[in-house]
Amino acid sequence: MLQRYSVHLTLGLVGGAIIYSAYQEYLSLYIMSVLMFMGVNVILSTSLNLVNGYMGEFSCGHAGFMCVGAYVSSLLGVWLFARDKVFGAPLLDPEYALYAFPLLIIAGGVAAALAGLLVAIPSYKTRGDYLAIITIAANYIIISTIENIGAIGGSRGFMGMKRLVNSMEDIADLPWMPIWVFAFTVFCVWLMRRYVSSTFGKGVTAICQDEVAAEIMSVNTNKIKTITFMLSSGMAGIGGGLFAYILGYVNPGSFNILKSTEVLVMVYLGGMGSLSGSVLSAILFTILLELLRPLQIIKWIVIPLLLIILMQFRPEGIMGNRELGDLFPRLKKYYRFK
Amino acid sequence: MLESIIQNLINALQWGSFYALIALGYTLVYGVLTLINFAHGDVFMVGAYIAFFVATFLLSALGLPGWAALALCIPLTMILTSLVGVTLERVAYRPLRKKGAHRLYVVITALMCGLILEHANLALLGASRKAFPPLIDVQVYTVGGVTFTNLKIAVIVTAFLVFLFLHWVVTRTRVGMAMRAISYDKFAVPLMGIPLDQIIVVTFVLGSGFAGLAGLLFAMSYPVLEPYMGALIGWKAFIAAVVGGIGDIRGAFLGGFLLGAVEIMVVAFFPSTFRDLIAFTVLLAILTWKPTGLFGIAKTTKI
Repeated sequence: MLQRYSVHLTLGLVGGAIIYSAYQEYLSLYIMSVLMFMGVNVILSTSLNLVNGYMGEFSCGHAGFMCVGAYVSSLLGVWLFARDKVFGAPLLDPEYALYAFPLLIIAGGVAAALAGLLVAIPSYKTRGDYLAIITIAANYIIISTIENIGAIGGSRGFMGMKRLVNSMEDIADLPWMPIWVFAFTVFCVWLMRRYVSSTFGKGVTAICQDEVAAEIMSVNTNKIKTITFMLSSGMAGIGGGLFAYILGYVNPGSFNILKSTEVLVMVYLGGMGSLSGSVLSAILFTILLELLRPLQIIKWIVIPLLLIILMQFRPEGIMGNRELGDLFPRLKKYYRFK
Repeated sequence: MLESIIQNLINALQWGSFYALIALGYTLVYGVLTLINFAHGDVFMVGAYIAFFVATFLLSALGLPGWAALALCIPLTMILTSLVGVTLERVAYRPLRKKGAHRLYVVITALMCGLILEHANLALLGASRKAFPPLIDVQVYTVGGVTFTNLKIAVIVTAFLVFLFLHWVVTRTRVGMAMRAISYDKFAVPLMGIPLDQIIVVTFVLGSGFAGLAGLLFAMSYPVLEPYMGALIGWKAFIAAVVGGIGDIRGAFLGGFLLGAVEIMVVAFFPSTFRDLIAFTVLLAILTWKPTGLFGIAKTTKI
């Protein structure tokens, strides 16, 4: 009984506490936004872990897919539900914004998944360092395409998403952004867990260990690669969409290689092929970034230094490739997360 | 028409020279260690800054004439930059290698080293851009409608000389033979009495030294220095090295010029904001067509 429902219960309590305190305004806006970015980072790091950890490829252009998701969901949202300089009057009544919001975010995810094909198709023939290049190139291609579309702001960026968030809050006075971010974070982590522990998902680990052997054992490697890349980039798109609505402003410059590096760092900090490690490291890394904020530029010396030291003394990251349940077997009695 | 083609060709050769010089460093290290040294672009940036300080010191403190300052600046910059490269190897990469850590962890370490170099520079010297002092008088020649400067020619000639030198080192010398041996079988090499660590240090000295030279030439050609200048050029040079077939000197050289040519041609015919877009699309197409790069050899995987 406890084993079956403890995860639901914990998530419900944590989510409820966060949302209730946001509603009552116990937490300052700053802390709320840090918590929301934490959720986005959890989505990003778990989704990159799917490719870099479970499948054993080296993708370092994750921010590009995030960019696609961010732009598609915010453009769609502003076009449909908000008055804007570019698109004019809203097409639909802003009252529907609340119901359509998850669809908007998922639309961003779907678009990003399609962009993931840019990497997935070359991956049939290449792997390793050559695929790493393709991901970097994909990141640059996406950013510079958006920079060259003047109609949506180009490199100046695009804004107007705050109006949509405001109209959601007009309909029902609840802290909608924290609610959606929490819901999508839980959804993405759950989806990942379902995917990698399914029979189909065993093929992903098989590719990581030996692609040729996997192929011989009748694993359809191309199909698995396509689906995994698309799932991973799609979730990055969901993360990007949420990121755009939290900030209320997107510009292509914020999705450059540095952002991709940040996500990579989270994956390796947590440990390759460990879902709980990714979640933990995303949370820790966000807190670390905020704690070190007063150091300003020194922050970007301290964080890499910490990582170098981590790599020297515990190169497998916080969790290695084990899950929470493997590290503390006794915990298994109390929870089940499948 | 012909003039503009030749003009663009000269520009492409000069622009590609920088990519080629940096890509050579990537490919040397990769060829020996199969390590993507992501800090290499930032070593190039550090090289440009070292050149700046050395040149300013020689010009203002010692009051040397420009040509003498340049003659001293080249070896000093190369030595100091290669010290930076070797320090990275000793402090960050070697301990990991000794532990037999997975290749990816070394790559992450390299990425982080690059970030540290960039931001340490930003923290120490501030965000203001530095103007590189002119070392030589730039003379403009015009031959039949094609203009070029002595600096451009010097850059192109240097790139070719460096390539020939490295090619000679790798194919004709004992050190080069040891390098190739290491890339062939890292575990058998120490058994044959080849000092593994020394050869690796030599590789880093060569790679970083020529990155320093590229930094000096870049600073002379485009005399504005900023801490992030190495990041983008570094990523692009790496892509150039991969397109040529990473681990092969000829590939890196050719890839550098190819990338330079594509970028210059794009700028010549399209708005300059399309540069990255088209350049990377072309590279993606090349990699899809020839997945191991132009000179790369597809390895058969044994089961």
